[in-house]
Amino acid sequence: MAAAGESPEVLFWVGCMGSFDDRAKKITKAFAKLLNRANVKFAVLGTEESCSGDPAKRSGNEFLFQMQAFANIQVLNAYEVKRIVTACPHCFNTLKNEYPELGGNYEVIHHTQFINTLFKEGRLTVEGGSFKGKRITFHDPCYLGRANDVYEAPREVLQKLDAELVEMKRCKQRGLCCGAGGAQMFKEAEKGDKEVNVERTEDVIESKADIVAAGCPFCNTMMTDGVKHFNKEDEISVKDIAELIAEAADL
Amino acid sequence: MISSIIFSVLILTTAVIFIVRIRQINANINLGRDIDLSDRPSERWKTMARVALGQSKMVARPFAGIMHIFIYVGFILINLEVLEILIDGVFGTHRIFYQFLGSDTYHTFIGFFELLAFLVLFACVAFLVRRNVGRLKRFSGTEMTAWPKSDANIILIVESLLMIAVLTMNAADSVLFALPDATVMTAGLSHYTGIEFDGWFWFSGYLTGMLPNDPTTLFYIERACWWFHIVGIFGFLIYIPYSKHFHIFLAFPNTYYSKLEPAGELTNLESVKKEVELMMDPNQDPFAAPAADAIPAEPQRFGAKDVTDLSWKNLMDAYSCTECGRCTSECPANQTGKLLSPRKIMMDTRDRAEELGAHKRKNGAEADDGKSLLGDYITKEELWACTTCNACTDACPVNINPLNIIVDLRRFLVMEESAAPNELNTMFTNIENNGAPWQFAMADRANWRDE
Ligand code: HEM
Ligand code: SF4
Ligand code: SF4
Repeated sequence: MAAAGESPEVLFWVGCMGSFDDRAKKITKAFAKLLNRANVKFAVLGTEESCSGDPAKRSGNEFLFQMQAFANIQVLNAYEVKRIVTACPHCFNTLKNEYPELGGNYEVIHHTQFINTLFKEGRLTVEGGSFKGKRITFHDPCYLGRANDVYEAPREVLQKLDAELVEMKRCKQRGLCCGAGGAQMFKEAEKGDKEVNVERTEDVIESKADIVAAGCPFCNTMMTDGVKHFNKEDEISVKDIAELIAEAADL
Repeated sequence: MISSIIFSVLILTTAVIFIVRIRQINANINLGRDIDLSDRPSERWKTMARVALGQSKMVARPFAGIMHIFIYVGFILINLEVLEILIDGVFGTHRIFYQFLGSDTYHTFIGFFELLAFLVLFACVAFLVRRNVGRLKRFSGTEMTAWPKSDANIILIVESLLMIAVLTMNAADSVLFALPDATVMTAGLSHYTGIEFDGWFWFSGYLTGMLPNDPTTLFYIERACWWFHIVGIFGFLIYIPYSKHFHIFLAFPNTYYSKLEPAGELTNLESVKKEVELMMDPNQDPFAAPAADAIPAEPQRFGAKDVTDLSWKNLMDAYSCTECGRCTSECPANQTGKLLSPRKIMMDTRDRAEELGAHKRKNGAEADDGKSLLGDYITKEELWACTTCNACTDACPVNINPLNIIVDLRRFLVMEESAAPNELNTMFTNIENNGAPWQFAMADRANWRDE
């Protein structure tokens, strides 16, 4: 275990997107910088981490999922991991809800919740000035919101920025999916008359937001593509909450 | 006397037909796999109280929610008045509660029910207009074929007629009672004397002006409405268990057995767990013959192909569905023109359970009709469109879970038939080989730290 200190306070579960996807790696780095700024001693599994099994499970491959879970739980238990933070709601959901029954019992925290706690404990502070006058809208990830009822932590974090937080017409419980979940990310969509991320981007445009705050690397990709579909990359940017906070903290 | 006998025979016949049908549905639901949902009773009672009794998820759409509460409260409370009608019918009495309650209280009692009846009538008409004139999108869709549409209209029209009958009956009765006793006696209607209503009733009072003053005609109007109303209720009771209207009973147990885990949590298949444990256990000799007790008595399929592979709760869900389409209208796949409609998943499941149940009743419990839910009802294209976003489960006012069925059918496709789309098979191979859904080397996983 590549630990940045002797007895780490928390394990940062990076996830496959966060490890390999060029866009998502930026989120990983931003979050790591925030952890360092707040003096959080954290560890990562590095090459010992493996896919949580979420896409396999949601597409029906329970075998593969349980093999992945089994292997990951062996590693996590060997290091006596107690707390896990992750920037991916899919890993968050799987580790938190589906691993315990297979022998993996941890306190699992989403990074927006973790950042929120750091603020509350006064371990992290930001000026937020650079976002003055900007309109930010939060796109609820299905696996954070409806799947696990976390709606407020990401919004509370965004309040730290000196920006105007606006809601899309569909938000929280009724927030529309970005289209990536259930392993859709890895396949072409079935035949239809529109892509889901395009439908969702229309909500963004309607909200007149300058920035879409995401809390999931998959949503991030989908929404970025959606914005490109409308040729609006110059007007609307898609950023993870960790990136926004890191930016505000001049990291 | 003769009418008491006819009435009692009608009650008994209705009860028998109703019970036979309920037993059929019960048997059909039990075609499903057994699962144990007897845990956490207090949490379950609370969920039922909130979602079914308290209608908490209905009001997410305020208009439909409030109209429905009128019908729902009306139905439950109006049963008290139906009790009076039943007693009168069996014993040949007339407005038996009048004797117990006295004039003033009885007047308020009936007035209150008239208020409810009026609200129910109002709501039914509003629902009818909304369905047939308003053209709400969630009332159309491929699964909303002729029958489901007529079903909805039949229910609403019959309920409206029942309410109109009650109001007309009360109006005729109160005119009759207001006539001088002597007039009523000469018409041979001694039954209708001796009760003094304190003026018109709250709502039917407005109808009295339209009625004649002739006691015999009033008598026939009153009797006709009385019989129409109660026979209508009997007919309705027989009709309900063949209709989406069955939710008025099943909504309660169905919400009691709601999924209490976080919505995102999927079950870990027990059968798979055993095999994976064996495979991963270094102390196991992979070539050793499995111990006798390790072989399950009845090998369970991985995932579901037919309703018999689903759980009884999935099937209870199907019978509880009101076909309201809230799930489908929130579904991202459906909104973007894909074939998937979670409401269709539920309706297909119910139709298949009906079909298989009927086949087994005819040909014996072991009989198989060669059809299945997957394939004959639900296609792969529908299943692969789902993003597992839980919008449908969140939207459902009866806490139905279409996603659970979708995932179980996918499991069958993937684990029993290896019938996943090619791109997903590639993803599986990548996870197996690289521990990530793409073709990246495991060794590069931590590279982000140095970039
Ligand atoms: C026990 C007495 C109940 C009665 C008499 C009743 C009556 C009705 C009627 C007449 C409709 C038809 C509306 C239409 O098709 O346009 C309806 C629809 C519906 N009912 Fe009930 N219901 C009852 C209980 C419940 C309960 C406990 C629930 C659970 C929350 C429920 C949920 C629904 C839903 C979701 C619809 C579809 C409404 C829509 O189209 O928006 N009902 N009900
Ligand atoms: S979980 Fe699947 S079926 Fe349900 S709303 Fe989402 S995409 Fe549609
Ligand atoms: S599953 Fe629920 S939301 Fe969907 S149509 Fe049936 S009752 Fe309505």
